[in-house]
Amino acid sequence: MTDTSIKYLLQLADNALILGHRLGEWCGHAPEMELDIALTNIALDLTGQARNLYQRAAELEGQGKTEDDLAYLRDVWDFRNVLLVEQPNGDFAHTIVRQFLFDTYNYCLHQELAHSADEWVAGFAAKSLKEIAYHQRFSSEWVVRLGDGTEVSHAKMQAAIDDLWTYSGELTLPNEVEKQMASQGIGADLAKIKPAIDAKRAEVLATASLQGPTGTWMQSGGKDGRHSEHLGFILSEMQFLQRAYPGQEW
Amino acid sequence: MTSLNLEENFQSKIDTEIKIEPKDWMPDAYRKTLIRQISQHAHSEIVGMLPEGNWITRAPSLRRKLILLAKVQDEGGHGLYLYSAAETLGADRDELVQQLLTGKAKYSSIFNYPTLNWADIGAIGWLVDGAAIMNQVMLTRTSYGPYARAMVRICKEESFHQRQGYEIMMAMAGGSPEQKAMAQDALNRWWWPSLMMFGPRDSESAHSDQASKWKIKRKSNDELRQQFVDVTVPQAERIGLSVPDPDLKWNEARGHNDFGEIDWDEFWSVVKGNGPCNRQRLQARIKAYEDGAWVREAAMAHAEKKEQRKIEPEAAVKAA
Repeated sequence: MTDTSIKYLLQLADNALILGHRLGEWCGHAPEMELDIALTNIALDLTGQARNLYQRAAELEGQGKTEDDLAYLRDVWDFRNVLLVEQPNGDFAHTIVRQFLFDTYNYCLHQELAHSADEWVAGFAAKSLKEIAYHQRFSSEWVVRLGDGTEVSHAKMQAAIDDLWTYSGELTLPNEVEKQMASQGIGADLAKIKPAIDAKRAEVLATASLQGPTGTWMQSGGKDGRHSEHLGFILSEMQFLQRAYPGQEW
Repeated sequence: MTSLNLEENFQSKIDTEIKIEPKDWMPDAYRKTLIRQISQHAHSEIVGMLPEGNWITRAPSLRRKLILLAKVQDEGGHGLYLYSAAETLGADRDELVQQLLTGKAKYSSIFNYPTLNWADIGAIGWLVDGAAIMNQVMLTRTSYGPYARAMVRICKEESFHQRQGYEIMMAMAGGSPEQKAMAQDALNRWWWPSLMMFGPRDSESAHSDQASKWKIKRKSNDELRQQFVDVTVPQAERIGLSVPDPDLKWNEARGHNDFGEIDWDEFWSVVKGNGPCNRQRLQARIKAYEDGAWVREAAMAHAEKKEQRKIEPEAAVKAA
């Protein structure tokens, strides 16, 4: 395993950590008690996945770092998550659309990773796939429910799609790390999974009578550490205790 | 049966430890008392998510973050569970929630205190959940069946919450000087409000007599409070924290700890809405409810449309 493999694991881990963090912000504030529990559940799954991935990355690095060193002691430019997951929760429509765009990608990604040439990655992906399948079902159902529900909900959903679509392209736009990992059969070939992701999104949006915009400029850079302004605030909150009182056990 | 016989029959079931079930006859006052108590308990779980949720985004390690997320999620689950128990008595969840949002219904005053440092998350688990368990273990034997059964399940999760809270306190009390100071600060602020959780002194408690005759409540406020003090004081000593009560002293003759007088002015003041966070807690619940209205309406509208679409093709087939 190489430096590239570690970077690849960190990309996966950072996506899960940051999206889980955003979902955690809903805790106690969701539109319905059942939704509060569901969003927290997804946050738990994602944070748990991030933990596994950081542990593995730390092990491969072999410098005695822990999962927490990787989550709490790297700065914005070290983080490899896509721009989509760091976008603010906004209203519930934005949260659901963000989740839906991520889940549709994440599901196909992990389906592919379950056949990775790397045994650890394959095992991790197979295990996570069950959780991710639930996430995708949850967010897809809510896209349909809110797209179909009332005029108000439909308008809010369409607005959220229009706002967030610009971050949907980065997910399947491979960077150098992903290209290398795919060529070694460890990572997923994003070009290969893109049609399935697009088809799933189109199917759900059509059922919800929502429009996926065309010709949108796609933002990117997160995978290589060039982030939106939001990530710095996420990290300053998340890393506060570790930064203010370094080296302590909690 | 005459109403007198019904009442005698009801009381004799209680006296012989037969649980009252939803379809059994029960006095109106029993039903009302239970709805009030169970819904207050449910509201407390839901509002209680807020002070702890306050630290989810700042939890100091991934492990702690996962535990805290799971704990707050459990509380949401307890809330739902308890609303369901109240519904077995003919209450309506939406109406109960409205009572919370309009300030008509109370929830546990403890959640009107702020969480100011990470050790507060430990203190809540250790002290607040610890105090709640004293009450809830008693309620596993309460006379109303669905409530008693809900408590059995809730108690299992609460004892996990209590342990993880104590574990946080232990880690911090044994950590750096700053961490120890945080732990002591949290204990100082949460100790007295935790004792207040058991309610007014027995001599002042409005609901106690009837509630014990109906075996809704099987121990008095003061008994439970004493039990809590006796269990908790040695736990504080074990991790080197001091309980902020100069009058706290083991009384050999009584076999219990003597402890100082609670500031009852503070207690009543927080009950009346003047705690440090009463406004914020209620506003947060109202905001969640109002911001979420369009989501709930859309979900309903979608369900109705779906139902309609199922009926329409059938009607079309019949018409053809």
